[in-house]
Amino acid sequence: MNQILIIVFLPMLAAIIAGLGNKQLGNVAAKSITTGALFIACGLSWPIFIQFLNGSAEATVVPVMKWVASGTLNFDWALRVDTLTAVMLVVVTSVSALVHLYSWGYMDEEPDQPRFFAYLSLFTFAMLMLVTANNLVQMFFGWEGVGLASYLLIGFWFRKPSASAAAIKAFVVNRVGDLGFMLGIFGTFLVFGTVSIPDILAAAPGMAGSTIGFLGMRFDTMTVLCLLLFVGAMGKSAQLGLHTWLPDAMEGPTPVSALIHAATMVTAGVFMVCRLSPMFETSPTAMTFITFIGAATCFFAATIGCTQWDIKRVIAYSTCSQLGYMFFAAGVGAFGSAMFHLFTHAFFKALLFLCAGSVIHAMHHEQDMRFYGNLRKQIPITFWAMTFGTLAITGVGLFGVGFAGYHSKDSIIEAAYASGTGMGHFAYWMGIVAALMTSFYSWRLVFLTFFGKPRWAGSEHIQHAVHDAHGHGHDDHGHGHADHDDGTAGYHPHESPLVMLIPLILLSVGAIAAGYVFEHAFVSDGMGEFWKGSLVFHEHLIHAMHGISGVIKYMPFIVMLIGLVIAWYGYIKNTRFPAAVAEQLGPVYTFVYRKWMFDELYHYMFVVPAFWIGKVFWKVLDIGVIDRFGPDGAAWAVAKGSTYTQKVQSGYLYSYALIMLLGLVGAISWVIAG
Amino acid sequence: MSGFPILSVMMLVPLVAGLACFFLDAKAARTLALVATLVDFALGVVLWLNFDIGGAQWQFTERHELFSGFSYALGIDGIALLLIVLTVFLMPICIGASWKSVEKRVGEYMGAFLIMETLMIGVFCAQDIFLFYMFFEAGLIPMYLIIGIWGGQDRIYAAYKFFLYTLLGSVLMLVAMLYMVHVAGTTDVPTLMAYNFDPKVQTWLWLAFFASFAVKMPMWPVHTWLPAAHVQAPTAGSVILAGVLLKMGGYGFIRFSLPMFPEASAQFAPLIWGLSMAAVVITSLIALVQDDMKKLIAYSSVAHMGIVTIGLFAFNTQGLEGSMMVMLSHGLVAGALFLCVGIIYDRLHTREIARYGGLAINMPRYALFFLLFTMASIGLPGTSGFVGEFLSLAGIYAISTWTALICATGIILGAGYMLYLYRRVAFGDQKNADAAAMLDLDAREYLMVIPLALAVLWMGVYPESFIAPMRADIAALEARIASAAPEGDSKVTVGKEKPVHEEVAHEGAH
Repeated sequence: MNQILIIVFLPMLAAIIAGLGNKQLGNVAAKSITTGALFIACGLSWPIFIQFLNGSAEATVVPVMKWVASGTLNFDWALRVDTLTAVMLVVVTSVSALVHLYSWGYMDEEPDQPRFFAYLSLFTFAMLMLVTANNLVQMFFGWEGVGLASYLLIGFWFRKPSASAAAIKAFVVNRVGDLGFMLGIFGTFLVFGTVSIPDILAAAPGMAGSTIGFLGMRFDTMTVLCLLLFVGAMGKSAQLGLHTWLPDAMEGPTPVSALIHAATMVTAGVFMVCRLSPMFETSPTAMTFITFIGAATCFFAATIGCTQWDIKRVIAYSTCSQLGYMFFAAGVGAFGSAMFHLFTHAFFKALLFLCAGSVIHAMHHEQDMRFYGNLRKQIPITFWAMTFGTLAITGVGLFGVGFAGYHSKDSIIEAAYASGTGMGHFAYWMGIVAALMTSFYSWRLVFLTFFGKPRWAGSEHIQHAVHDAHGHGHDDHGHGHADHDDGTAGYHPHESPLVMLIPLILLSVGAIAAGYVFEHAFVSDGMGEFWKGSLVFHEHLIHAMHGISGVIKYMPFIVMLIGLVIAWYGYIKNTRFPAAVAEQLGPVYTFVYRKWMFDELYHYMFVVPAFWIGKVFWKVLDIGVIDRFGPDGAAWAVAKGSTYTQKVQSGYLYSYALIMLLGLVGAISWVIAG
Repeated sequence: MSGFPILSVMMLVPLVAGLACFFLDAKAARTLALVATLVDFALGVVLWLNFDIGGAQWQFTERHELFSGFSYALGIDGIALLLIVLTVFLMPICIGASWKSVEKRVGEYMGAFLIMETLMIGVFCAQDIFLFYMFFEAGLIPMYLIIGIWGGQDRIYAAYKFFLYTLLGSVLMLVAMLYMVHVAGTTDVPTLMAYNFDPKVQTWLWLAFFASFAVKMPMWPVHTWLPAAHVQAPTAGSVILAGVLLKMGGYGFIRFSLPMFPEASAQFAPLIWGLSMAAVVITSLIALVQDDMKKLIAYSSVAHMGIVTIGLFAFNTQGLEGSMMVMLSHGLVAGALFLCVGIIYDRLHTREIARYGGLAINMPRYALFFLLFTMASIGLPGTSGFVGEFLSLAGIYAISTWTALICATGIILGAGYMLYLYRRVAFGDQKNADAAAMLDLDAREYLMVIPLALAVLWMGVYPESFIAPMRADIAALEARIASAAPEGDSKVTVGKEKPVHEEVAHEGAH
């Protein structure tokens, strides 16, 4: 299976060529090389996936090169392909190829295109290294590599201060998670004597019940290791506490948000937990913790999603929330469901982001939904694609047939209930409430954007566009548009070009069908044949899920309808209703609208003190204490004492050096003589 | 290679060229210096290729008895080999960096650099303890001169501070050496490495050596000479200071303190851990608030050296190999970063970060290289910075989880201050017309940064080239210190009984 070498390294080559060739290469060549590489990778990935789907492929490891061998700590570059990897391969290469294509249109006016496409391909390479890793350190390589690409792409418009600030934030917050990941790798190596994933997974059950010292105390070995590794997953997958970078990451161009901050990179944490599922299974404490964090995140992010006005931020919080679902699925042992939702979510969330990009493109970079409205007539294809995406994420479907999200999300919610544990039930109810909010904010987005009356006139971006088009840039903003009191300000949005619409159409197919087509393979009685041991699955959990009936089973559908009705009432029927509710809620609304105050909290807890302490250490400790009583003090003492010996203390270093050498010779002679 | 005194030749070439430079005009001195360093680099490559991995521990040995016991003895093991290769690799780059920026007394400047190269190679290959001491101390004299004569505004203060710190440590170390030679009856370093000193005496000897190496390293809190020296030194001076001179402290620990005083090393390990933790956290935070580019990178060097010392005092293979890798990587990366600062300093003549901004617009190639070195400094996997940092931390984790946790925060803080620097220099809008008018890299600068970039990636992707030569030496050292190694705090106890017991008790409580 040496196609895997091409799949992984072709994007890297393309990135190097496009990145170094840059301006000399030209836009079209750079775009063609990177996009072509990705379509080849995608074309090679699907056959591998299909082979695993029909059971004709076996897990393989393709060695590439030695990496590090230090004592007993060995790890090599190698590419592992099994079912879990194959799933990720098609997700990563498909979405990446489509995003590359889409960017031809979206980034068309950008002067710096080769750099953008090089970054996209670099990201894809790093992500592929992550999903094909056969040892923890190569996974960490991919992990950090996608972090680098994410940093570069968030900061792509580096002239904007907000973009470069968001880029740093993303990198540094992720590093907090990586600290946990790194310590987890060290601990794993210490316990198992290896960082090879298959070896660890094979040995993990044997370590259940052992204890280990950590920070001077003794804990259950597997709990310590799993929690440390999970901290890494929390950072990359933007879970509660380490999520603050994800909304800010929306500063990057929208195709980036679709690829990295929705479909692929942010799911790396879920992938890691699934990849190491036999290990996590050995620690009930860690599993409970994962369930809790996942459930809490899916609820908390959904609340914020309900209040945001920026179209991309709504989808970003929605991503955060959906990742929460995946984690609590993993936490209750339904790893198949977690991967299934990861798979379907990749398609419909990439679709939603690319649609949002198409809307932003049409609305001249305006991202505030308060200035949208009535767009379904202007950009109908985008409207329909967005509708399919929304039907998928809200989980529309009944009696086993529905859009993608219906199959995967319902299987997660059912699994949480079926697990029968207290934490599982907590996750179930959190999942239900979040599903209601998901439906509400998703339809709110659709209604605000595509329905109602045009509210474009209030947007500065639109005003600029109109001014530029009419060629009177000196005109005052408030005046001169009395002839357009229909709210359009005379602006005419256009549907996106074909290169942007093709990805939308293809992803729509995924959003509609991916759930129904693949449910049997991912989550069913026969799922063991598909996964072939690449993740843990529990037969009894599947049976328990089948056993759920009545209101518990239909609850997701019911809350979806409720959310839809509220959104319809608030944003189509009675548009003054939401503001009134917000006013009623007062401080609660403000708290949620300001994102639970996490940014402010962290700013005053970490950022401000770090700079303050740095200043104190520098000015007070280094200069005030060490230097004053060290060299400066000595100098002062010497100066005082040298009044009588000034002739010797000529102050020239030459003489010091000479004296030292003379002293040395003298001392040696003394030793030898003695 | 048998018989050919390659180490002596490697020391002689720059020495002769250096002396010749004193009598040449600027142009000829530059050319001669470049040729001499390139010849030395070529010899270094020959040395590396002919080093027999898995062969004798000490290779390329030369020995000439001088007078009663004191001898001119040279020889290298894998550890010394790598540091010598690093030295001769960086030297031509330093000459290149000084090509245009040094205009006064060029002959003397090049002479000082070349003599310093001789002395640095001498430090790493000396096999006589007094010979080592002479190189070790004398190697600093050219550096004093380079800072004091060709430095910036406050060069006298910086040179003085540099001198004062190192003097104090050196005197104590010399006394200890005299005692050791007296007791052991030999000046031969390999013999001393196997000599078992009385543990009580070891304590004092260790402290005396520590005084010297901690300053050279530099460890917190005797680090304050480093920012001053870096800020005042010319670009090439900073490159060689960060690249090679700081490695002398680490080399000292690995060659003397650990093998000669294993018991004392174990006894003082907690002290080292404590100082290293302080170094990583405190200097990283200080680096965060710097407005001067060189000061920022100087403080970051102190933090990186903290990772070296925890690796050395982890008493296991990963830690020792990791700390060597950090030293090599830091030599390349910090050198490269100082070079990057020098490149824009040559254009704008200021180190103040706020005067730059938006360089990615007018200097995209420069921004690319600067980014690579920034990422290597942060320790991104795939670059040289990662391998050493990872191994060192893995090593210390096995023995002290607290130290591992605190020092690993360096990966967060490091990302913070380096990316903050990069943002202020390369990102944002162009604020100043003169900074916006700066031209991208020229051919000479490409010739300096490309080899560094390739080396950084090579060391990150295939570090085996660098680990292989030292593997046997590290294993020998580990065997030597194994018996004294302190107990790890994270030992696994496979106790199936206990948890069950607890669970029963738990159930009973309900």
